[in-house]
Amino acid sequence: MMPASAIFFYVIAAAILVTAILSVTTRRIFRAAIWLLLSLMGIAGIYFWLDMNFLAAVQIVVYVGGIVVLIIFSVFLTQGSGQSLPLPAKFRLFFSAVAVSLGLAFTIWILQGYGFLATAPEVPAVEMREIGKTMLSVQSGGYALPFELVSILLLAAMVACIAIAMKIPADKKND
Amino acid sequence: MLNVTNILIILFLPFINFLILGLGSRSIKQPVSGTIATVSLLLAAGLSLMIGYQYFIVKGMVNGAFPPIELFRYPWMVFGSKLTIDMSLVLDPLTVMMLVVVTSVSAMVHLFSLGYMKGEERYTTYYAFLGLFTFSMLGLLLAGNLFQIYIFWELVGVSSFLLIGYYFSKPSAVAAAKKAFIVTRFADLGFLIGILILSFYGETLDIATLIQRLTAPAGSQSLAIQTAGWLGISALTWGLAMIFIGGAGKSAMFPLHIWLPDAMEGPTPVSALIHAATMVVAGVYLVARLFPIFQLSACILDLITYTGIFSAFFAAIIACTQTDIKRVLAYSTMSQIGYMMFSLGIARPEDHYLGYMASLFHLFTHAFFKSLLFLGAGAVIHMIHSNEMNKMGGLRKFMPVTHITFLIACLAIAGIFPFAGFFSKEEILLATYHANFPVFVIALCTSGLTAFYMFRLYFSIFWGKHQAHDPHHSEGTFTMKFPLMLLMLCTLVAGFLPFSSWIFQGDTHETSHINWKFSLVPLSLSTLGILIAAYFFRKPSSRVADTLMWMGGIYRISKNKFYIDEIYLWITQRVLFPLVGKPAAWVDKNIIDGTVNGVGNFVGSIYYFIRGMQSGKLQDYLLYFLAGIAAWMVYFIYIWK
Amino acid sequence: MSHIPLQHVLIFSTALFFIGMFGMFTRRNLITLLMSVELMLNSVNINLAAFNKYLYPQQTGGLFLALFIIIIAAAEAAIAIAIIINLYRSHHSIDVDDATEMKY
Repeated sequence: MMPASAIFFYVIAAAILVTAILSVTTRRIFRAAIWLLLSLMGIAGIYFWLDMNFLAAVQIVVYVGGIVVLIIFSVFLTQGSGQSLPLPAKFRLFFSAVAVSLGLAFTIWILQGYGFLATAPEVPAVEMREIGKTMLSVQSGGYALPFELVSILLLAAMVACIAIAMKIPADKKND
Repeated sequence: MLNVTNILIILFLPFINFLILGLGSRSIKQPVSGTIATVSLLLAAGLSLMIGYQYFIVKGMVNGAFPPIELFRYPWMVFGSKLTIDMSLVLDPLTVMMLVVVTSVSAMVHLFSLGYMKGEERYTTYYAFLGLFTFSMLGLLLAGNLFQIYIFWELVGVSSFLLIGYYFSKPSAVAAAKKAFIVTRFADLGFLIGILILSFYGETLDIATLIQRLTAPAGSQSLAIQTAGWLGISALTWGLAMIFIGGAGKSAMFPLHIWLPDAMEGPTPVSALIHAATMVVAGVYLVARLFPIFQLSACILDLITYTGIFSAFFAAIIACTQTDIKRVLAYSTMSQIGYMMFSLGIARPEDHYLGYMASLFHLFTHAFFKSLLFLGAGAVIHMIHSNEMNKMGGLRKFMPVTHITFLIACLAIAGIFPFAGFFSKEEILLATYHANFPVFVIALCTSGLTAFYMFRLYFSIFWGKHQAHDPHHSEGTFTMKFPLMLLMLCTLVAGFLPFSSWIFQGDTHETSHINWKFSLVPLSLSTLGILIAAYFFRKPSSRVADTLMWMGGIYRISKNKFYIDEIYLWITQRVLFPLVGKPAAWVDKNIIDGTVNGVGNFVGSIYYFIRGMQSGKLQDYLLYFLAGIAAWMVYFIYIWK
Repeated sequence: MSHIPLQHVLIFSTALFFIGMFGMFTRRNLITLLMSVELMLNSVNINLAAFNKYLYPQQTGGLFLALFIIIIAAAEAAIAIAIIINLYRSHHSIDVDDATEMKY
C-alpha cells in the first residue's frame, strides 16, 4: 500500500500530463490557455509536494497569475475566443508523434540505465529567511549579482515590450 | 650617332604614336592625329637614314666586314645556367638596311594615308594600328635573339590582322583578317617548334651565339644537333624546316599563300606597307638572318629554292588573269618574294654567296617599287572607288603624276634598265644561272610573265577606253602625290647603290657588275612581255576575248587561282572538321565540359539544398535546432568521454 | 516524497517536455507555440527542483536556478507577446506560416 504522498504525486503528475496534452492538442485557443493554466497549477502542486513552498508560491504568482493571464489577454487581442484553430497536416501530426515518442523512449531508456547518487536523507525545508538572505548575499554562494542582472533584464524587457508593441502613428508609418 | 638612344628613339616613336593615338582614338581629331603620326615617322625615317649613312659610309668596314654592333643587352629571363633569355638590340648590315626600308616606306605610307584615309570614321585608330605595326616590325628587325624575334613576329601578325580587318563592318574584310591570322598562326607554330629545336641543341636563344655554336665544325652542340634525329632526318634539318614553314607562312609561299590575296581587303596604304614591302618579307629576312645555319643543310636549301621558284611561277600565272588590281599586285608580291626565296636557296660559297646578296638587294628595291605600285593603285582606287580593272581605263590624262610613277614602277618590276628592279633581278638570274640551270629557265619565264601582267595592269588602268567616272574625284592631294614622287626617286636611284659591298655573306664579296651579254636575254624577254601586253590591252579590241576563247580551260583554272582555296576548304570541311574537329568537340563538350559542369551542378545542388532549408518557417528551424541538440546529446552520451 | 524514486520524477518531467515539443511541432498559432514553450520550461524547472531536493537537500542551487528561469520566462513571455501583437498588426494573422518573409 502506497503512502498518501506517493499517491498524491502520481495523481498530480497524471493530471499535469493530461492537461498538458489537452493544452497542446485542443483546437480552441482559449481552452488551450485554460488547460495550460491547470497544468501550471499542477506543477505548483509538485513543488509543494517537494516541500519547496517558496518556489510553489512564485510559480503561482508569476506563471498562473502573470504569464497565463498575459497569454489570455493576447488571445483576446488577436483571436476571437470561439474560433477553432485549423487542424495540422496529418503527415506533420504523425511525424511529430513518432519523433516525440522515440525521443521520450530514448530518454527514459537513458534514465533507467543511469546510476544517480543515492538519495540523501530528508532534511527540513529551507526557510524563507534563508532564501532571502542567500538571494541578496554578496558572500560566496550568494545570488546578489544574478539578482541584479535579472532586474536589469526585466527592466529591459519592459522597455522592449513597450517599444515593440507601441502603435506607430499613422503619419510616421511609411517612413 | 650609332648609340642606343637613337635606335630606341626610332623603335619607340611609332610605339608612342600607338599609345597616344590608341588611347585618344576618340578625343584626337582627324588632321591632328595623322599629322602627329606622320611627323614622328618622318623623323624616324630621317634618323634611320642617318644611321645607315653612319654605319655603312662613315664607320665603314673593319677587316673587310661590317661588324655587328650590340647596342644593348639585359638579362631578361634567367631560368638557370643553361637557359637565359637576354633582351638585346643588335645592329648589323641586314638590320640597318631593313631599318631604312621599313621606316622610309612606313613614313611614305603615313604621308599618303593623310589624303587617302581622309574622312574615315576610325582615322585615329588607323594611325594607331600603323604605329603598332611599325613598332613591331622594327622590334623584329632589331631583336638579337630568337625569342624576341618570335614575340615581335606575333605582334606583327596581330597588327596585320587588325589592319586587314580595319573595315570590320564588311564581312569579307573580317573573313580575310581571320584567314590571314589563322594561316600565319598555323605557320608560326612551325616557327616556334623550330626555335625550340634549335635552341634546345644550341643551348641558347641568342642568334649570334647560336650561329657560332652550330656552325663550329667540331663543336659539341653542332655534333649533337646533326646526330640527333627523327624519322631518319637530323634534328638540324627538322628545326630549319620548321623555321622555314614559319617564314613561308609570313612570306606567303606556296601553299601557305592563300591569305595574301584576301588581305587586300585592308586599306590600300596598309597593303603597300605590310603586304608588299615589310611584313611579307619577314620570312626572307628570317632565312637571311639564320643563313649560316640554313647553309648547313643542303636539303633545306633545296626546299627553299623549289618552294620559292614554284611560288614565283605559280603566282605569276595567276596574276595574269586576275581583274582586281590589288589582287594582281598581291600575286605579283608573292611572285617577287618567291624570287628572293629561291635566290637565298641557291646561294653557295662557290660564287661568294651571290644569291644571298641578290636576294636582299631584290628585297630592298622591291620594297620601293612595290609600295609605289600599291600607293599608285591606292590613288586610282581613291579616284574610281573600285578595285575592278574593267571600271578603269584611259586615266593617264586625269592622273598624270600617278601615271608616270606607276609606269616607272612597272618598268622597274619588269626589270628594264635603268630602274632598280633591273639590277636586283639581274643579280638573282646571274646567281641562278651559275647554281641551278632549270631554276634559271623558270625564273626567266617568270620574269617575262611579270612584265606581261604588270603591263596588262598598266595599260588597263591608264590606256584603253575611258570609263565615265565621277568628275568630282581628282587625283588627290599633294600629300598623296608627294610620296609617289619620292618613292619613284628611290626606284630610280636604288639600283645604283653599291649594295653588294654592303650586304654580303662570307668573307669576300663580289662587286656588282652588269654583264650586258648576259642581260640581253632577260631584257628581251621582258620587252617581249611588255609588247604582248601592249598588243592586247593598249587599245580596246576583241583580241583578248579571242585569245581567251582559245585558251579555254587554262584561263579558267588560273582565274580561279588553281582552286587552291577550294582545296583548302575541302580539306578543312570534309577531312579536318568531321575527322578531327568533331571528335575533339565531342570530347570537349561531353568530357571536359561535362566535368566542369558536373562540378558546377554539384555545387549548385548543394546551394539549392541549403537554400531550401532557409524556408522562413519557424517550425523548420525548430526542427533543425532540435536535431542538432539531439546529435550533440548522442555525441556527449556515447562518444565523448 | 522519499517513496518515489528520482527516476519517476524525471520520467514525468521528460514526458512533459516532449508534450511541449509535440506542441511546438504541430501548432501553427504563435500563442499556442508560446504555451508549448512554457510547458517545456516548466519541465526543466521540475527537474532542477527534484535534483536539488533528492540529491543535495541542504543546498539551494536548484531552487535559485528554477527561480531565475521563472523570472526570465516571464520576461520572455512578455516580449513574445509584444512581438505577436506587432505581427498581428502588420499581417492580420499570427500563423507562423504566414510570416515567412525572412526566407532565403
